[in-house]
Amino acid sequence: MRTTGTSRRTVLAAGGGTAAALALAACGGSGSGGSASGGTGGSGEGGDATPRSGGKLRAAFAGGGAGETLDPHLTNLFADAARAKALFDKLAEFGSDMSAQPRLAERWEPNDALDRWTITLRDALWHDGKPVTAADVLYSYRRIADPGQAFRAKAALEPIDLQASEAPDDRTVVFQLKRPYADFPNVMAAFGAYIVQDSAADFTEPVGCGPFRFVSFTPGESLLVSRFDDYWEGAPHLDELEFVIADEESARINALLGGQVEYAHELNPATARAHETGGRIQIIRLANSAMQGFVLKTDRAPFDDKRVREAFFLIADRQELIDGALSGAGEIGNDLFGKGYQYYADAIPQREQDLDRARALLREAGHDPDNGTGLTVTLDTSPVATGFVEAAEIFKTQAAQAGVTVEVKVGNAETYWSDTLDGGMFSCTRSGTMPIESHISQRLLTDSPTNATQWRHADFDDLYQQAQATRDETERAALYERMQRRLHAEGGFLIWGFADWILGAANSVRGIAGDAPANTLDWARFDRVWLAEG
Amino acid sequence: MSDRRAWLVRRLSVGVLQIAGVLALVFLLTEALPGDAAVALAGDHPDPERIARIRETMNLDEPAAERLAQWAAGLLTGDLGTSLVSGRPVTGYLTAGLGPTLVLAALTMALLVPVAVGLGVLAARREGGRTDRLISTATLAVYAVPEFALGVLLVVVFALQLGRLPPTAVGHGSDPLAEPAVLVLPVLVLLARPVCSISRLVRAGMIDALAAPYSAQARRYGVPAGRVRWAHALPNALAPAAQQLARTLDWLLGGVIVVETLFVIQGLGTILMDAVAARDIPVIQGLAVVFGTLTVLLNLGADLVARHFAPRTGAAA
Repeated sequence: MRTTGTSRRTVLAAGGGTAAALALAACGGSGSGGSASGGTGGSGEGGDATPRSGGKLRAAFAGGGAGETLDPHLTNLFADAARAKALFDKLAEFGSDMSAQPRLAERWEPNDALDRWTITLRDALWHDGKPVTAADVLYSYRRIADPGQAFRAKAALEPIDLQASEAPDDRTVVFQLKRPYADFPNVMAAFGAYIVQDSAADFTEPVGCGPFRFVSFTPGESLLVSRFDDYWEGAPHLDELEFVIADEESARINALLGGQVEYAHELNPATARAHETGGRIQIIRLANSAMQGFVLKTDRAPFDDKRVREAFFLIADRQELIDGALSGAGEIGNDLFGKGYQYYADAIPQREQDLDRARALLREAGHDPDNGTGLTVTLDTSPVATGFVEAAEIFKTQAAQAGVTVEVKVGNAETYWSDTLDGGMFSCTRSGTMPIESHISQRLLTDSPTNATQWRHADFDDLYQQAQATRDETERAALYERMQRRLHAEGGFLIWGFADWILGAANSVRGIAGDAPANTLDWARFDRVWLAEG
Repeated sequence: MSDRRAWLVRRLSVGVLQIAGVLALVFLLTEALPGDAAVALAGDHPDPERIARIRETMNLDEPAAERLAQWAAGLLTGDLGTSLVSGRPVTGYLTAGLGPTLVLAALTMALLVPVAVGLGVLAARREGGRTDRLISTATLAVYAVPEFALGVLLVVVFALQLGRLPPTAVGHGSDPLAEPAVLVLPVLVLLARPVCSISRLVRAGMIDALAAPYSAQARRYGVPAGRVRWAHALPNALAPAAQQLARTLDWLLGGVIVVETLFVIQGLGTILMDAVAARDIPVIQGLAVVFGTLTVLLNLGADLVARHFAPRTGAAA
């Protein structure tokens, strides 16, 4: 460890990186002598236990180019979410198991009918010293829900009747809902549902209430923020945090290895393997960060026959898909979304490849390659996400073993999601993290906005509504399990795996949560990160 | 002189027509791309209702011809419009991208001309000699290496192994001069191939010129060899090189996407890539104006230089 530390310093000094050298000086001031003179923690060399205060951390993310903005309601990319999290807060945020955790909301209490929720706000301050009030909350949600706008969180806030919602006092918000909603806290944690200051509309120099305050921003290049001492959860350890944008993975890892950044988001599995044991940097794998699967459109041939769907579930060799398409960086799925999350039905046995059974089911459904009625399907894929094209090719060979001909069609990356929402019959898909409830409400109800599997069943909708009208958590869990059993048996999602999200960090960086899937509370939690000496 | 002025006017008016043609073509091609800015923005959350709403807020629901006409009317008053994605003025994008691109192009040209001419003249001193063979082999070999491979190689050796230079310009991509060390590797990569091609052109031109009757005549009159080489042969050898140089400068000013991507430099190439991926038509059109104008002006300049050095060859349009 000592030698790598030294070589890193050499790199910095020789590179003439003044910012880098400053950051190093600020994060310890110990130089090569090894005396812990600068730190306030005083725990000596590399003390893991007590976080040290001070220093600047630079974090590299893939970004959105010169069109980037700091409007938290326009959050779209991981870089946007990480920046919004540094500057702002939501009422709630998803924990590592996707259950809603209180943030700016200190607590919430529904009425008996579960359609009126009283939120008590925490004692939090904006960066300009004003308190966070109920008026800010109502303004923020009304801005997101503005019918003239197209903010991403708008659909999530749909259950709230914002006209009938009110602020009885500065620290209390009462949300009137359009229908009972037991999992309403998920709405408060929705992607992009940040609280901004009342009547804020210009975010060129945003005033937030998050752990860091705005310093400067160059779209597509860098956002510099500094510690907010009055943060409600306690001031961050870092003095400064800079988000830098590097779209290419090779640039992110090179910048990390060269000491230009201390944190690199989203590395490839091959990069991770190359550096995992080298000791030069740390590799952190956030398990369970991205669902990987195939969409089978249940309303059209051949997948309108549930025997064909089950046959396809049985064709998949999940481990082979993980190894081939994700270079082994992930774990297998059981055709259900949200492995390890709250309400996940882990009592359902893991499905294994069974080609004989698959062939038998296909024969029953009238697809028998031996008498010339073999099944041919077109599988849509696109280089839009890592491993999509590879997964399609692997599944093609697996399907061939069951007598199914798969024709792989590679589509346009920019329009892929829109093209495959209603078009085609069979396509590659993936999903970021969200609660199982959101997965169902966004994708599996009759009126869901992005129902790619065309799963529309009134009795299934009823189960969902019933769950939302059920106050008791155990009873609700039982209803979720019923929904998941149905999806496992005959749904339209063939979910073969969950990919790791891979981060790299300099050896001096401490406090990165290793168990937080991407986009959850502890992911990109730079207020908890600190820099050890050396 | 009036002959030259008429030629200039003719060339300029053709140039304006060329730019207008390019703009119309770029607009048509962008429109022909699958999907629009609303679909690209919606990404993996293609809620049709939201896409329709985005389309409305971007005015994409108006007919394409109408949007092009509006944009062209704005252009005549010097207004390039605003980005569909961010709503910020396109001129802001262009000036932001032009800075780093100009810095890279200027540095590359400043080194390219003396190095390429020097190598070419050196190699031509004795055709087939040891120096010539060494330079010719080396330039051919380097020319064969793609920029991306060369860039990766240089990063691994100089930045990651030796630790002498920063591997990327991350965090300084829009103002690389604030941290000049980040420019060394990108400029080396940019120089590599043009140095090879132009030095080879200079060498060939020099060999031809030195073998021409006027050089022999000059030598017979006792003009020193150095003077023959630099004052008589070189200007003739430079005419073809000048045109290649203009093409190189055009290439540099177009934003060399490979180099910008590899080293995280926010130049025009990166902005173009992002704009095409986002289907941000006003930004794409703005860049087309810049690239079109630059190309026309540079070629005009090159022809002027060529006419100046070797009037007899005429202007190769």
